Amino acid sequence: MNTKVTFDPEVHPPKLYEGYKSTVGRAPHKPLVVVKKSLGELTGPLFKDFELGVLDHDLTRNAINEGEPIGERIVVQGKVTDEKGNPIRNTLVEIWQANSAGRYVHKVDQHDAPLDPNFLGTGRCITDKNGNYKFYTIKPGAYPWGNHPNAWRPSHIHLSLFGGSITSRLITQMYFPNDPLFGQDPMYMSVPPKGRELLVSKFDLSITEPNFALGYRFDIVLRVTPFENQ
Amino acid sequence: MNLKQTPSQTIGPYFAYGLTPEQYGYNFKSLATNLMVDPETSEGTIKISGKVFDAENNPISDAMIELWQNDGERKLFGRFGTGTDPENRFVFHTVKPKSVDGQAPYINVIIFMRGQLIHSYTRIYFSDEQQLNDKDSTLLAVPQERRNTLIAKWKGGHYEFNIRMQGPEETVFFDI
Repeated sequence: MNTKVTFDPEVHPPKLYEGYKSTVGRAPHKPLVVVKKSLGELTGPLFKDFELGVLDHDLTRNAINEGEPIGERIVVQGKVTDEKGNPIRNTLVEIWQANSAGRYVHKVDQHDAPLDPNFLGTGRCITDKNGNYKFYTIKPGAYPWGNHPNAWRPSHIHLSLFGGSITSRLITQMYFPNDPLFGQDPMYMSVPPKGRELLVSKFDLSITEPNFALGYRFDIVLRVTPFENQ
Repeated sequence: MNLKQTPSQTIGPYFAYGLTPEQYGYNFKSLATNLMVDPETSEGTIKISGKVFDAENNPISDAMIELWQNDGERKLFGRFGTGTDPENRFVFHTVKPKSVDGQAPYINVIIFMRGQLIHSYTRIYFSDEQQLNDKDSTLLAVPQERRNTLIAKWKGGHYEFNIRMQGPEETVFFDI
């Protein structure tokens, strides 16, 4: 049996989405060639042996120079699983984001909002034995961009995940509940309706830390290619 | 239980300080770089470089390329952005993988960029492995006139592998 396990078109965006202008000159046009997977596709890099810095998961502290970063402290946590709900352990989760004013540290970001000398906006962690990850950070601000007149990106955090093989590789963005900017955002709207709510974190009082930070839960489901289908 | 996959979103233009920080001069340790082996100490080190072209044939300055190779003996991973080279090249230092089960040696390539809502996969094969390339089952599954888009050309000292997102010479991308 050779069940095709692929990126689910019911939830993933198409390669070409004209509302997001940059896809027009960059999305491949020709049909993908289906390849029989071998060792190279059924494996991927393992990061569990990497020495992460003790503050790598805490963006409220990992770039402090002279004080604390400005903005609303939040906890972002969730579970990484496959489609059957099995936890994906020891997998690397990397995040990057704008600061509370909606400005990225990246040198090409020219948005006229202040940088925060105490906030870099990047972090990483490894999922635990139950597939859980957890970050402390500052809630990112919305920011304008040039895609269309008066275009604004809703507040979001970028996430990068590996899973067990390169077929489960995922880069995504996590949004915040009830953002009024969703409807005009081509990134969010490029996702078919069934997938959109999967990109929105949920406010969760049970993970909110008293007198410290509001809690948002964002569970992540990776596509996992079963070995026995090869 | 059947959960829905988390949808992909673009890497966007601002990934560098998070995913390739040292390459771009940010004060954060890189977990992976373009040195998949140490060229000083590894025998048989090869250099692979190339550019990623858009529909207008302009080199893309904000793509991130990841390489993964596993020939059963060595598992090597590399990551590099196209924004620090003056010509927007990516450069990797690695060793050529071995042939597995009589198939031609290859390296997996994952391509991310602003303007891609979901990443693309391709493979690097090698121009000096013609005998194995000619009977490789994956290459044979690719229309003959497009096979050369997957083959890195030996340029005397290094391999060149350009990636074209569109156009008559669009690179073959795989559904894996």
